[in-house]
Parts: sequence; structure tokens; C-alpha cells
Amino acid sequence: MLTMTGIGKSFLGVRVLRDVDLSVAAGEVHAVVGENGAGKSTLMKILAGVHAPDEGRIEIDGGPVSFGHPLDAQRGGVAIIYQEFNLLPERSVAENVFLGREPVRRGLVDRSAMEKATAELLDGLGVHSFRPRDLVRRLSVAQQQVVEIVKALSQNARIVVMDEPTAALAEHEVELLYRLVRRLQERGIAILYISHRLREVFDLADRVTVLKDGARVTTVPTAEVDTDELVRLMVGRELRDYYPPRAEPGSAGEALLSLRKAGNDRLRDIDLDLRAGEIVGIAGLQGSGRTELAKAIFGAEPFTHGEMTPLRPRSVRAAVRAGIGLVTEDRKAEGLALRQSVRDNALLVTRATGRGGGRSVKDLLAAVRISPPRPDQEVRYLSGGNQQKVVLAKWMTVAPKVLLFDEPTRGVDVGAKAAIHELMRGLAADGMAIMMISSELPELIGMSDRVVVLRDGAIAGELPAGPTEEAVMRLAAGEVAA
Amino acid sequence: MKRALPIFTVLLVLLIAIAASNPYFLEPPGFLAFLKRAAPLAILAAGQYFVIVAGEFDLSVGSLVTVEVVVAARLIDGDDSATWPVLALLIVIGLLVGLANGVITTALAVPSFITTLGMMLILSGAVFLWTGGAPRGALSEGFRAFGREELGPIPWSVLILLVVGAVAILLMRADFGRTLIAAGDNRRAASLSGVRVHRATIFAFAISGLSAAIAGILLGGFAGVSAQIGQGLEFQAITAVVLGGVVLGGGRGSVVAAMAGALTLEALFTLLNLHGISGALEFTVQGVIIIAAVAVGAVRLPFRPGASISPPMLKTKETP
Repeated sequence: MLTMTGIGKSFLGVRVLRDVDLSVAAGEVHAVVGENGAGKSTLMKILAGVHAPDEGRIEIDGGPVSFGHPLDAQRGGVAIIYQEFNLLPERSVAENVFLGREPVRRGLVDRSAMEKATAELLDGLGVHSFRPRDLVRRLSVAQQQVVEIVKALSQNARIVVMDEPTAALAEHEVELLYRLVRRLQERGIAILYISHRLREVFDLADRVTVLKDGARVTTVPTAEVDTDELVRLMVGRELRDYYPPRAEPGSAGEALLSLRKAGNDRLRDIDLDLRAGEIVGIAGLQGSGRTELAKAIFGAEPFTHGEMTPLRPRSVRAAVRAGIGLVTEDRKAEGLALRQSVRDNALLVTRATGRGGGRSVKDLLAAVRISPPRPDQEVRYLSGGNQQKVVLAKWMTVAPKVLLFDEPTRGVDVGAKAAIHELMRGLAADGMAIMMISSELPELIGMSDRVVVLRDGAIAGELPAGPTEEAVMRLAAGEVAA
Repeated sequence: MKRALPIFTVLLVLLIAIAASNPYFLEPPGFLAFLKRAAPLAILAAGQYFVIVAGEFDLSVGSLVTVEVVVAARLIDGDDSATWPVLALLIVIGLLVGLANGVITTALAVPSFITTLGMMLILSGAVFLWTGGAPRGALSEGFRAFGREELGPIPWSVLILLVVGAVAILLMRADFGRTLIAAGDNRRAASLSGVRVHRATIFAFAISGLSAAIAGILLGGFAGVSAQIGQGLEFQAITAVVLGGVVLGGGRGSVVAAMAGALTLEALFTLLNLHGISGALEFTVQGVIIIAAVAVGAVRLPFRPGASISPPMLKTKETP
């Protein structure tokens, strides 16, 4: 029914998709899987008419189509159900379903027609837990998803794209979704199912396409692959980067920070020790609670229960005073005051908390190897790598005992990346306890003395130094290790 | 400092232009008289600077100046012995109003534009209610000395201006000032570095309130008691600060430049006056200046080398 051929797309010279083929037949569930940044979302946005492809063709029922706008795609019979729903909470179910296409009678919106049509669609799906007149804000997440699906059906969509449909659902709600997907399938609707949960892929999909680094690796019937094979296809690449040597096994010192049954509304039952001299890698898929864990330890989104020693900080200041630092994921939004000088940024923590100090700024900049060291330059004129080194310098002024890194090398060049890795290892060797979050598996595996994998806000497992990417992915995606 | 240079050039040009039509201006008494007249506005601008650099506004200072003068006149009522206690009270009133502005803005999360606009109306209404439109009482000679007498050849107000300037510079070089400007630049980053952003902001408002108290004391002495004495001063102060190259929204600019902005504005008014242009035009001139200064700043700002090379798409997290 749908064929995409040779799709390519670049953003400002960066190729995010190249030569991707994808086809889906009526009544087929076709899964699309891949790591972070593999290009899944971009591909779906091209199909939705959000982005125009640079190369390639899209055909529906054998006829070429070109979607310049999301409305074109909608008219072409393509409906996308995003992770974030596009529903108006203060409107009724029926009003949302017919938003912008309300049936009109004598110049007025024909409510009863709208509600009747919605009711029929709900009946058709076997959903009776809510009615067309209910306000959307009163519905559960799963029910809102149903509304999105009904909306797609009311538009006579013949191709439905579901982007991580189970991400926000509770376990028992997933069953409902499965039923709905099968009903759509029975009606001859083609379904593109994007998910990182491999179990769902095997439960639902007829075929699966694996994307990696913007290219299609393969398309296979799900009956012909197993989990291990699929994970290997998703991550399969050589470890070619160099990482500084790890700490000697067993050389880790005392625990400088311990969590016991710690949790808040995003995390539960976290047991974790961060020891002097050790780099602990935190792995997990998007939304697994990695950043939340760092923010909780750092007191920015504090733990609400459980134990944390030496103390459970209720504020950032308390954490900083207890010797905890956080190199944030987004240095421009959360790490730096961009219009201030290198000096002012480097001294911010010590000035704010009255701790540390004593080291000259020149000294610090040399220690983090910022080149050339110009303390009076505004931070916004620095490269990403040097900016990150300023963030590091900022924390080194207060000599924290525990330093948390959230995506420490995102958006920095290769040279600076290696320098940051060496600095991290050097800090650990000097007796700091380091926790590192990274979406880049090779980096995580290359740097960590052990890897803790999070899933759904809890620890899914722990792996010793140098695990395979497959092992990490399997834990992260919720497959039981063989 | 690089950014502060233009304002000093403009100030110099204006001073030369004034001197060209009025040679007396070049002699010490003439120039000191100019500084004396400009002192209250320069002090207000210094106070306003702290609030603006933290990313907020203080629209209440004009009304606060009026309150200070009216309260002083009524309580002193010509009695010289009351001068010092009343002076102390005025300082406390200034600090308290600033503190209220700060606490409402931070703890109750009311935008400072609204908080201080409300405060401006509240204070204006209170003055009107209390005086019935015509302030009663009189200031003492001792009180008025600050605004119009000299210590030797130097007017008191110029000395006070110098002290205020020195303190402001020291504050901005101290940890407080550095963390305040960082918070104005990036509140989230500052807060994640352990900066107590609320406390710093409240302190900035208190400084602005204090500067209004000092400006009120000088103005009362200089110009005498009236219920309109502070009218429009908040906008003059903001214009001065913006003219000094301080960026609205926070995080950028120097306090010296802000005070130079006040002198520049005063010089401009003097020049217009010398050329017989109606004082009524002052508002129009201010309006033009404030729009032009912000527009010039806005044109310059987006050009950030290396700030954002990656397209927004790549910055958004891809889901696996």
C-alpha cells in the first residue's frame, strides 16, 4: 500500500537519512526499530509531511505522492499518533475527533451527528469505557490514545503510524492497545509501529525494519529473527574509539554516596553506591529515568523517600555543600551563563556557595586544558568542547567528592571528547566518585568501570566493566538475559 | 566595558555641545551644578541597574520618591531636630518597599513588571489619600542641605553620588554582583550552580528601593516639596539604564555605564533647554531614546558566532 524508496534527508549538511526504503502492505504491522538518533523520527516526519525529503519517492497505492504539509499527508490517508497527544483537554472526545472538520447543519456545528459518528467508531473498536461527550482531560492516557486512534479512523486513514505508543502506558493498558492494533489490522489498515520495546515488536509486527545511523540495515519478517539477532542488527558496529585505561579491578575505595530504596515520582527503589576512584556508567533508553536520577541525587528534583548518605539533599545548595556536582545534559540551557566571561562562569559555584576557591582561574583553565585560556572571553564564543571544559572547571573549584555527568560529550568534537574522557578518568584517579550518563553506548562501555542499566525508573540490572552493547540493550529494552 | 564605551562618547559629545553654547559650563561651578542636578537620576539609575541586570523591572521608584518627600515634609514639619530620625525612617521605607517588590516577584511569582506597576499605583494612591493632593508640612534646613548645599566647593549631592557609585561598583565586583548578573543571564544555570536566585533578586529590589530613598532625599532638598516630584522618574531611570547599554531581560551591562546613561539623559535635557526647546518634549525624547537603544541592542544580539550551528531538529532528543 505504501512504498518509500531511496529517502534521503540532510539538516544543514548533516545527513540524517540516506537511501532508506520502507514498504508496508494493507493489514500489515510493520515495526521500525533503531537506536537513539538512527533516524526513525525523521523518517516518520517525512511521511507525515512535516519535513520534505531531499531525495526519494513516496508512493501510495502505486501513485506517487508528495506531502508538503501535514494536511496533505492527512488527506493522503496517513495518520500519525505521536507520543505527545495533540488533544484539547477542555473539549469533549467527539469535538477532538472532529476538530477542524466539524459536521455543520444550518450554519451550526451538528453535535449530535458528531457524537453519533464518534460513538459508532468507538463501538467498532469495542471500546466502552468512555463516551463521546466526556472531556478529554478526564480520560486516562490510554483512553486518550484511543481518541487519537478514533480520530485517525474518522479521517479514513489507511496508514497509521504509531510512535512509541506504549511509552506512556501502564502494563495492563498495553493489552488494550494490542487489541486495538489487531482490530485496525483486520480492517486492512497498514500500521507502522515504532518502538524500542522488542517484546512488542515480536508480539505485534509481521515484519521489522532496522535503522542505524540514518540508513536501513535490513527488513525481515519477525518470524525469522530472534531478540539477540535484532539487537545485534541495531547496535552492530566496531568499537574503534580509544578510551583511557580503566581503574584496576577492585581498586575502588569507600562509597562516597549511597542510595537505598531511594525514589520519587519518576524513580523507585534505587540502590546504588558511588565509590571513590570509580566511574559508574548509567545506561537506559530515553525516558528510563537517567537524567532524573542525576537530578535527584543533585537535589534539583529531590528524592522523596528512601535513604541517601551522607545526606538526602532537598536543594541544589545542600547537595553542593555535601560535595556533589552535576554537569548537566544541556550546557547552554542549564550549565552556563553564556554572556558572562569564562572567569565568571568558572567561579560561579564557589561564589554562590562560599565553598572552595583558592585556585586561580588561570590554574583551573590549564587543569581542564582550555586552549587558549582566555578568562575574559564570553563563554558563548567558545566551541562546544571548551564550553564543556568551563562547566567542568566550575565544579572543580569546589572540589566535589561526587561528580555526576549527564551526556558529558554531547555536541563536542572528537578531540575535546577525548580530552574530557581523560579528565574524567583523572578525577576518578584522584579519588572522586563519578557517575556518567550517556546515550552513546560505545562511550558508556568504554569509560565505565561498571554499568548500571535503568528501565522505567528502576534499576534493571548491573553489568561489570566492558559489557557488550547487546547485553546493555537487552537490559534496557526489557529482555531477560539468556 | 567594550559595550560601555559608546555611552561615554555620546556623553562627551553632548557635554561639548553644551559647553559650546554656554562657556560657563566648563568652569567647575557650572559643571558641578550640572552634576548636582543629575545626581538623583544617576542614583536611581544605579538602583534600577541591579534590578534590570537580574532580569526584572522596578516601575515603583518614581512613586516611591514622591512618598519619601511627602512623608519627610509632613513628619519634619520644619523642625530641625526631627531631621535625622526622619532620614533613618525614609531609608527604612525605601528598603521595605523594595523588599516587598522582591518578595512578591519571587515568592509569589508575579512578574516584576506587574508587581512594581501595582506598587506604583498603590504608593501614588496612598500619597493622594494622605495629602488630599496638596502635601502639608515643610522640610527642615538640615534636610534640604543634602540636596542644595555644598561641602566646601563640592555639593553634598555630588559627594553622595560618588559614594553610591563606588558602593555599586564594589557590589558588582563582589560575589553578590557576579552571581546576580549570572542569574539574570541564565536563571536555571545559576540555580543549578547553587545560586540563591530568589534571595539575590530580592536584594536587588531592596537596593533599588534604597536608591529611591536617597534620590528622594536629594530631590526634596533640591526641588522642594510637591506631590508630583517623582512623576515619571521610573521611566527616566529605565531609559538611562538602557541608554547605558544594559540589556533588558538581564545578564549584561555595567553599573558605571548605567549611571553614565543618566548623566547623558540629563545632558540631553540641558542641551534642549539651552536651545529653547520646550521641556514638554522631554517625554518624546525619552520615548525615542528607549526604543532606539533597545532596537540597536536587539540588532546586535542575534549575531553570536558559534552559538547555534546545529539545526533545531538535531537538538531534539530522538527516541529510539
